[in-house]
Amino acid sequence: MLKIENLHARVEGKDILKGLSLDIGAGEVHAIMGPNGAGKSTLGNVLSGRDGYEVTEGSVTFMGQDLLALEPEERAAAGVFLAFQYPVEIPGVNNTYFLRAAYNAQRKARGEAELDSMEFLKIVREKLKIMKLSPDLLNRAVNEGFSGGEKKRNEIFQMALLEPKLAILDETDSGLDIDALKQVAEGVNAQRDPQRSFLLITHYQRLLDYIEPDYVHVLADGRIVESGDKELAKKLEAHGYAWVADHGEPAGAA
Amino acid sequence: MASPFVEALAAHATETLARLPGAGLAWLDAARREQLEAFVRDGLPGARNEAWKYTALRALERRAFLAGDADAASRAVDIEALRLPGVDGPRLVFVHGVFRADLSSLDALPEGLSLRPLSQALVEDAEPLRFFLSRGGEASADAFARLNAAFATDGMVLCVAPGAQIDAPVHLLQVGVPADDDLAWHARHIVELGEGASLTLVEHHAGVGAHRHLGTQVSDVVLHARSKLAWIGLQECADEALLIRRDRLRLDADAQLRLHALELGGGLARRELDAELRGEGARLDTRGAFVPRGRQHLDTRLDIRHVAKNTASDALWRGVADQRGRGVFHGAITVAEGADGTDAALSNKNLLLSPHAEIDTQPVLEIYADEVMAAHGATVGQLDERSLFYLRSRGIPVDAARALLTQAFCRAALDDLDHEALREYLGQRLVARLPGSGTDA
Ligand SMILES: Nc1ncnc2c1ncn2[C@@H]1O[C@H](COP(=O)(O)OP(=O)(O)OP(=O)(O)O)[C@@H](O)[C@H]1O
Ligand SMILES: [Mg+2]
Repeated sequence: MLKIENLHARVEGKDILKGLSLDIGAGEVHAIMGPNGAGKSTLGNVLSGRDGYEVTEGSVTFMGQDLLALEPEERAAAGVFLAFQYPVEIPGVNNTYFLRAAYNAQRKARGEAELDSMEFLKIVREKLKIMKLSPDLLNRAVNEGFSGGEKKRNEIFQMALLEPKLAILDETDSGLDIDALKQVAEGVNAQRDPQRSFLLITHYQRLLDYIEPDYVHVLADGRIVESGDKELAKKLEAHGYAWVADHGEPAGAA
Repeated sequence: MASPFVEALAAHATETLARLPGAGLAWLDAARREQLEAFVRDGLPGARNEAWKYTALRALERRAFLAGDADAASRAVDIEALRLPGVDGPRLVFVHGVFRADLSSLDALPEGLSLRPLSQALVEDAEPLRFFLSRGGEASADAFARLNAAFATDGMVLCVAPGAQIDAPVHLLQVGVPADDDLAWHARHIVELGEGASLTLVEHHAGVGAHRHLGTQVSDVVLHARSKLAWIGLQECADEALLIRRDRLRLDADAQLRLHALELGGGLARRELDAELRGEGARLDTRGAFVPRGRQHLDTRLDIRHVAKNTASDALWRGVADQRGRGVFHGAITVAEGADGTDAALSNKNLLLSPHAEIDTQPVLEIYADEVMAAHGATVGQLDERSLFYLRSRGIPVDAARALLTQAFCRAALDDLDHEALREYLGQRLVARLPGSGTDA
């Protein structure tokens, strides 16, 4: 589904990703862990096409297409979704309006019929229930005045609504209380599907107790330096990242 | 040497003056002649004039306009296309400053509302107008105010009787259409609300077809004690037309005025709003958005003077400039000595959508009284890159995302407009001027 080969990316003149390779098959859940500043969010931003992230080398193929050649909105329509580490508050833009605009824009881009507001609201209500989010949030501006936890849950709610093929969750577990963490995990697990893949960026092994990954990778200094199964996450939790450095030379992708 | 601008307008001035409504009234003739002389003597304000610092008139100086439009009475205007939703009460229509009875709707005026063209009022009873029409020579008068005082052909005279509550909004429609020459027209309006009266007024400037006429407009708005005016302005002149407006507002005790204004059209459009809160408890709220694009130059100047105790003003303006559009905003609040307990706020936020766009904003606050609450602020910035990416990452195309954020930015200017149909319509007109419109969800 997603094939990243020797990816180099630069931000503000600084090389952040330095030869990252990663293969994600359909239906797989991959977790990426790594120290602060390693380039995890940068990877998410590069994959979703944020301006200012310059790819200097390497390639990314998503479902057979050159992902890097697409605009962010085209990537979204193709099925890439990024749950932001820091979701943005957008005052003045109504949440329901935004969601429908996004939903219909994607449908339109795929040549599907757009939904009217009644049809759309029905779907929204269903998905809200899954995320146990209050319908009041729909009437507010996008993320405006949402608590930290509500923002994160709102990201997963959007994912549930937009039904991407590849969901990149950037520290969606950070700042969540135990119950919210479980809800997020349930939301993700409910979305697991042989045709849908996940890339979970996290610092905490705890999330992986709830969402069982097929693979765990360590990203350090712009590269995948270690890959394994979920036991790797446990080792990291016990020994810290220094262990990876001591333990062996940088490894390729899984 | 007079500039081509002055020369063309002053040519045949004697004949022009003789044909104006009210000609023959000694006080009016004298006032008009005096203004004409001052106009010819001083010409247009130069670059060193502080009030025109950001709005250069050098290009205008070289242009010649034909004074008045002899064919204004017969020019075709599709009035149906210019109707506004929720506004179907009394209507006064001017084409190039000339009153058009055939397009207006003045039958069955509600009780307490007197609404006439100035040309008619001057003939019927000029004396009540003397105060307004003979005091053009104020210190701040400039070439355009003088031109207007000398040559105004017509305008609206609107009076609401004390205590009368007029429900149906009054539609003041001024239209410009293509003509063989670049025309100069001048409109002079007078609005007076008696004690405790209330009214909704829609001031609507429309350009139908491309043209480069020059319009000047001077309005006096007098709100007597406890009266309330809801004033909605939709300025949609032709994109190369010139429109120079000056509004002089006077608010007596506990009078309330709420203005919602959209400045969308005009190659060069300038609006000066001078307000004096001279009665205790008076309140003035102004909201507006100016949206220059192409090579438009839109200039808004507020001069709000708190003279009486416990008066309040709140100004909230948004500017959005795209392409080579240029916006100028000057917001001055003066709290005079003795105007204790004044509460004044002014905010002007601006958005530049293109590297060639420019907005200059100048908030000015002068306080000479005690126990004053005053806040003012102005910003100029770009669309937030993070918000834009967030929307795009969800699949919203870049143009639509920019439009969505730009609309959100302007929303505050219309949010508290009570007239729902107009609020929606104005919102649509605004959106239609913004880049990326047409992409709707
Ligand atoms: N827009 C940017 N401008 C400047 N530097 C940036 C930008 N984005 C990322 N960086 C830098 O790139 C490096 C990697 O950042 P990134 O956010 O990818 O780290 P991360 O692995 O997600 O860290 P964390 O675990 O703290 O979230 C950091 O040194 C960061 O300062
Ligand atoms: Mg990060």
